[in-house]
Amino acid sequence: MPVLLIAEHDNKNLKPFTLNAITAASKIDPDVHVLVAGSGSENVAKEAAAVSLVKKVLHCDSPNYQNYLPENLAPLVTKHSEKYDYIVASANTFGKNFMPRVAAALDTSQVSDVIKVNSPDTFVRPIYAGNAFATVKSNDKKRCVTIRPTSFEPAPKTGGSAQIDKVDAAEVPNFSKFVKREETKSERPELGTARIVVSGGRGLESGENFKLITDIADKLNAAVGASRAAVDAGYISNDHQVGQTGKVVVPDLYIAVGISGAIQHLAGMKESKIIVAINKDGEAPIFSIADYGLEADLFKALPEFLSELNKLNTIQK
Amino acid sequence: MKILVAVKRVIDYNVQIRVKEDGSGVHTDNVKMSTNPPDDNATEESVKLKEAGKVKEIVAVTIGDDKAQETVRKALAVGADRGIHIKSDTYIEPLGIAKILKKVVEKEKPDMVFLGKQAIDDDCNQTGQMLAAMLNWPQATFSSKVTLKEKSMEIVREIDEGLETVEVNLPAVVTCDLRLNEPRYASLPNIMKAKKKPIDQMVAKDLGVDITNRVQQLKVEEPPKRKAGIKVANVAELVSKLKNEAKVI
Repeated sequence: MPVLLIAEHDNKNLKPFTLNAITAASKIDPDVHVLVAGSGSENVAKEAAAVSLVKKVLHCDSPNYQNYLPENLAPLVTKHSEKYDYIVASANTFGKNFMPRVAAALDTSQVSDVIKVNSPDTFVRPIYAGNAFATVKSNDKKRCVTIRPTSFEPAPKTGGSAQIDKVDAAEVPNFSKFVKREETKSERPELGTARIVVSGGRGLESGENFKLITDIADKLNAAVGASRAAVDAGYISNDHQVGQTGKVVVPDLYIAVGISGAIQHLAGMKESKIIVAINKDGEAPIFSIADYGLEADLFKALPEFLSELNKLNTIQK
Repeated sequence: MKILVAVKRVIDYNVQIRVKEDGSGVHTDNVKMSTNPPDDNATEESVKLKEAGKVKEIVAVTIGDDKAQETVRKALAVGADRGIHIKSDTYIEPLGIAKILKKVVEKEKPDMVFLGKQAIDDDCNQTGQMLAAMLNWPQATFSSKVTLKEKSMEIVREIDEGLETVEVNLPAVVTCDLRLNEPRYASLPNIMKAKKKPIDQMVAKDLGVDITNRVQQLKVEEPPKRKAGIKVANVAELVSKLKNEAKVI
């Protein structure tokens, strides 16, 4: 029985994490079908059909699905779930929002935030902010699974030529409405998929001082992250938060500046390949997981860091 | 209007988790327990709405063993009016919890249900959404700002891309982000007063809902440990290590 994967997109293009979710879905069952629900979303359906691991695309286009309100999207997914044993989506704010509604409608217990597929019914997922890994077996007939995108490689965007089937819309309850979305626009790479992330914490002391972080990020073509403390203090917007209740990132290089390293922050970054910590407190817990630790005043160290980077002949992009 | 706020007892967020050697779970004996942090935000928001004169009654509910009652007492001490403790000595997964809460909602008939957006123990992030679906109510998840109107709520939600505003008709389920508000501490007189507030007790398995767990936990293990790194003396050494040793820049 094939897997139904719910695509995340902006009605023009697939969002990158959908490709990671497709890979995860293909590890459950190679027969991956993708549901694209959107408004004016023809191009998204075409993009999904071109992904190499995708065998079929279900496309439902209606203004009701423009902003993927969970009250509208969940009934559509439920309606088309009949032929599938698995419903899969990314465990980001997109998937987290609607998938439990689908699971409840199907009376199935959801498996959230899967980082490894052991077999079609057995999964590994982090619990307690990633301080333990649980191996769980789903005994439901129909399974709703959300996967942690950064734990799976993105599927190649090309090489597929799946057929696109138009499918019927579902009834919508009309008790919720989308008002607006304020997206932080940035020329920098996306935090979730960036090769390098430079993050600031409470040690930055103000929003203005985050310029020290962004200068380094721009030099390294990196994304900018932050601890919850820095977001709570208003130094930077919430979409930069890394941690248990923020984003999980797995870059090649994570530079934590003025971040003490609460377990909730470590939950979002400790799988990074190389971790650098810059902190004036030599006892800060962040040093216990850092590959390279620099005990220093960040207000001196960051300008020096920038000037050392400027001296390099080449920087990997 | 009336609010039902759901609170869960979890291992305190400051505790370093220790995995049991036999792989059956994590150590909870002699470990500090507290209310799940975003559930405190849910209680706080309810109390603020009551203080603003928009809400008449707040009922706090928890599901768990005898000690779970402490979380209801805490909610009562910061301003909830009465409590419900649904006893269960075993773990119930979010689907079962949502079914139990649905029963409570059918009896209490609140206009809103407030919960934390996620429990920091199982990190499932499901219960509020499931409850909303079972009730056929709208939901606002990851809420960081709540504006109550006559027959609806306008909610600002924290999403990966930034912020999103939605309007949901009442009745509705709201799951709360840590940035929604700053939970207050209970004063000693209020803690004393809370001891006199009523808590109804029920037993989960007597409620007539199927709470059999469908996801079986096979084992719990420690995540792979990172090997210890080194401290560098200065910025120049750091840059040199990143360039020549780690080869990441």
